[in-house]
Amino acid sequence: MTVLLPSKFCLPMFVLCLGWLVANVGQSQTVPAAVSQAEQQRIAAIRKASAPTICIFPPNGSDGGGSGVVISADGYAVTNFHVVKPCGNHMRCGMNDGRLYDAVLVGLDPTGDVALIKLLGREDFPTAEMVDSDDVQVGDWCFAVGNPFLLAYDFQPTITYGIVSGTHRYQEPAGTILEYTDCIQTDAAINPGNSGGPLFNADGQLIGINGRGSFEKRGRVNVGVGYAISINQVKHFLGYLRSGRIVDHATLGATVGTDEDGRTVVTNILDSSDAYRRGLRYGDELVYFGNRNITSANDFKNVLGIYPKGWRVPLSFRRDGKRTDTFVRLAGVHSAEEIILLTQGPGEPEIPIRPNRSPNPDPNQPPDEQPPSDDTPESNPHKTESPDAKSDQAMPAEVAALFAERRGYANYYFNELETQRIWSAFLDSCQVQADATVWNFHGQLRSGGTFQASLKPDQATLLWKESTETLDLTHNLDNQLVPEGTGGLLPTFHLWQRMLKEGPKLYGSVYYLGQAPIPQQDGLFDVLIGIYDIFETRFYFSPQTGQLVLIETSPDPETDPCEIYLSDYRQNATGQLFPMQMEVRFGDQTVDALNVETFTSAEAEQP
Amino acid sequence: MKRLMLITAMTLLFVGNGSNQNRIQAESNRSFADVIRPIQAKMAKIYGAGGIRGLEAYQSGFFISDQGHLLTSWSYVLDSDVVSVTTADGKRWEATLLGADPRLEIAVLKLPTETPDFFDLSQATTLRPGNRVLAFSNLYSIASGNEPNSVLHGVVAAVSKLQASKGTFQTPYAGQAYILDAMTNNAGATGGALTDRQGTLAGILGKELQNSQNSTWLNYAIPIQEVQLAVEDIMAGRMRPRSLANETKLPEQPVTLASLGLILIPDVLSRTPPFVDRIQPNSAADKADLQTDDLILYVDGRIVQSRKELIRELATIDILDPVRLTVMRQQQLIEVTLQVESE
Repeated sequence: MTVLLPSKFCLPMFVLCLGWLVANVGQSQTVPAAVSQAEQQRIAAIRKASAPTICIFPPNGSDGGGSGVVISADGYAVTNFHVVKPCGNHMRCGMNDGRLYDAVLVGLDPTGDVALIKLLGREDFPTAEMVDSDDVQVGDWCFAVGNPFLLAYDFQPTITYGIVSGTHRYQEPAGTILEYTDCIQTDAAINPGNSGGPLFNADGQLIGINGRGSFEKRGRVNVGVGYAISINQVKHFLGYLRSGRIVDHATLGATVGTDEDGRTVVTNILDSSDAYRRGLRYGDELVYFGNRNITSANDFKNVLGIYPKGWRVPLSFRRDGKRTDTFVRLAGVHSAEEIILLTQGPGEPEIPIRPNRSPNPDPNQPPDEQPPSDDTPESNPHKTESPDAKSDQAMPAEVAALFAERRGYANYYFNELETQRIWSAFLDSCQVQADATVWNFHGQLRSGGTFQASLKPDQATLLWKESTETLDLTHNLDNQLVPEGTGGLLPTFHLWQRMLKEGPKLYGSVYYLGQAPIPQQDGLFDVLIGIYDIFETRFYFSPQTGQLVLIETSPDPETDPCEIYLSDYRQNATGQLFPMQMEVRFGDQTVDALNVETFTSAEAEQP
Repeated sequence: MKRLMLITAMTLLFVGNGSNQNRIQAESNRSFADVIRPIQAKMAKIYGAGGIRGLEAYQSGFFISDQGHLLTSWSYVLDSDVVSVTTADGKRWEATLLGADPRLEIAVLKLPTETPDFFDLSQATTLRPGNRVLAFSNLYSIASGNEPNSVLHGVVAAVSKLQASKGTFQTPYAGQAYILDAMTNNAGATGGALTDRQGTLAGILGKELQNSQNSTWLNYAIPIQEVQLAVEDIMAGRMRPRSLANETKLPEQPVTLASLGLILIPDVLSRTPPFVDRIQPNSAADKADLQTDDLILYVDGRIVQSRKELIRELATIDILDPVRLTVMRQQQLIEVTLQVESE
């Protein structure tokens, strides 16, 4: 190449230009401001996301472990069921402050592969910010934080960056009860040890819990396909998990398939299911379920998988062009005994002999497509531990103080804790006088006419539309579902009063279910379930006000309950708060609404 | 005048530099969601033969015309009486195999429907090492029905020939390939689309290739430029067997298997692949050194997919004319010319 020498006239200009070019080349070797800015954003997001991420280890230093993420300042953390399973009831969690914290098992969702644990020792744990994972789009940047291959000896988590490869993915239970529904697929490397750890969006906000990958023939290392349980699903289950129970997923009591026109239709339905009672029949087309439109059988399975047993969710179906919108109660996928057997094994005494669950052969490890890391990195071919390995390590006293064994519970301590919390809040909010065991209230019915209720410990009467109903409290209540057409309004009144009088400890058998929605109301409500006589009664409390807002009573899970919606609480003369509005519903009907005009309570006369 | 030119050049440099900065800013942290969404409509899920011995009965493909032409990989999956294709809207179609080029390991299918969303091969881009890429496929058959394909991201690590280390990778493909740092080539991903970060088509995802020496898996895509001519030939019918054309004039004395000295495996399937069973000594086939287990893929550059098709195709050739065959022998493509000797 020949270089033309510039004329004398142009030389200064040339030098100037050359100088500028050199300067510019120099400048282009420094990082452009936009890139530095992006880098700083990424560093900030990773810093924010690393702080609440935990590395989980079994307490006795045995094999196993994984990752998790703290979601509340008092130390509640989410991980995988298959991560805590080898740990038992107690685990150790490292954080990137370099400290190791003791943690106790709180609740288990074996079907969804989620566990809730609680870290001890601080009330100011760094927490991850949970966002709406339905906003996640394919192509969004995301990153996993965790402990792949259990590398984090210094508790500094590993970051793997990638993009969201798919959303609303359905992954069959691979020969086990582990089912990943509505999950997020990512190409961020998810390896053994990442299990239970968080998946964050580019802003460091929590969108999922990593737990599974597609591996097949290439062995158990990442092949570009990892799955995270959506944080929206986890949010649905959090209240249930805080109850300390072993919680179950839901079934509609119906199966769906795709017909030749591509419609998603009911292919089978149990006549004992709530869906059947709400009118759903074979051949009906599902159009809306839970929180979204249904366009395929996979859509349906995805939505079903994100809800806990016992929730009532919207369902819309179409038959002969006519659309029906209703709410349907979801039953459990497993029987109560089945899920306990799968999780805790058979033959445990009700009263614990020692504070550790006996281990059992793991039924949850898929034969060929295993979730990464229940056990360990590749270096650990032997997974089976001796049954006593777990109990060898005694629980530290501060952990043992937060643990109570009871069959059917992951940790009964937390059920009592929550029950007590809800009950105290309720008593505070309503100024309940437990010794005021005689209630009299009367008023107008929306349908016209009046009502008058008189509730005493030994007698309950209700004047309802010009007839008087009386409960014989010396006999079983199941054939006394009066007044007719209410599903048992008077027994429900009686059980309500009994709950107030006796409290959860003496009412019968009472436990905390978790949080559940109420049709057409925003938010979730704390639910206590009371079993007395043959009735199962659900008491829904507002977490904001502590007030009781709904009572549902049913003598049989296969019949519709009587529902009383309580609102407009006001003080009576003795200072007790009482709901002035009560709407009574049964099945698909609003039976009536009670407009209370006066309420009096008094102590029962001593005989 | 020169000064003016210099100032102009400087200004241009400066402006160019500025817009480059903006581009970096716009792309450094941007989600690919907007790039990905329109591409999903161009993708298809392909189902055919397989399902045994770790051979997945599915693969990926993408539309390359508005007339239902679908580019995918040439594989056992297509070796089926019925190849079923699910479009992005979840509809299922039965596809016709228009043709294939086993040397490039590509095939073109056609659906009996219009496909308004497609990649224009003539607009495909070329990539260099360091370019960021997106890979679209239905790997592991994760998506079904109307569910969108999976998308992985990565970087072009190298542009190289797979045959550079001969025998390491069992593939007949001998051209340039984009070697990727992402885990793109999983089960069922073959035939998927590789685009640059703007969503412009650049390649077709290759098969699962395992390094025979160290057992690692290779992730690669074939540049569109390498396959474009072959695709055009297939779409124009230039690789279709002559015997399938309506007005082919048959010679009075055609070539037959017997006249070539070829004995194929018995015709037991509806589409028995034309494998050589035995060779008559001193025949045309023997002189051309054809061997037992050779799979005949082409007759005069036209693909034959079954024993029946091969016999029909030979029937279009006059016994006096040479017969050019392309055969597959242990993953190698070999070309031979057979001449029936006149008696």
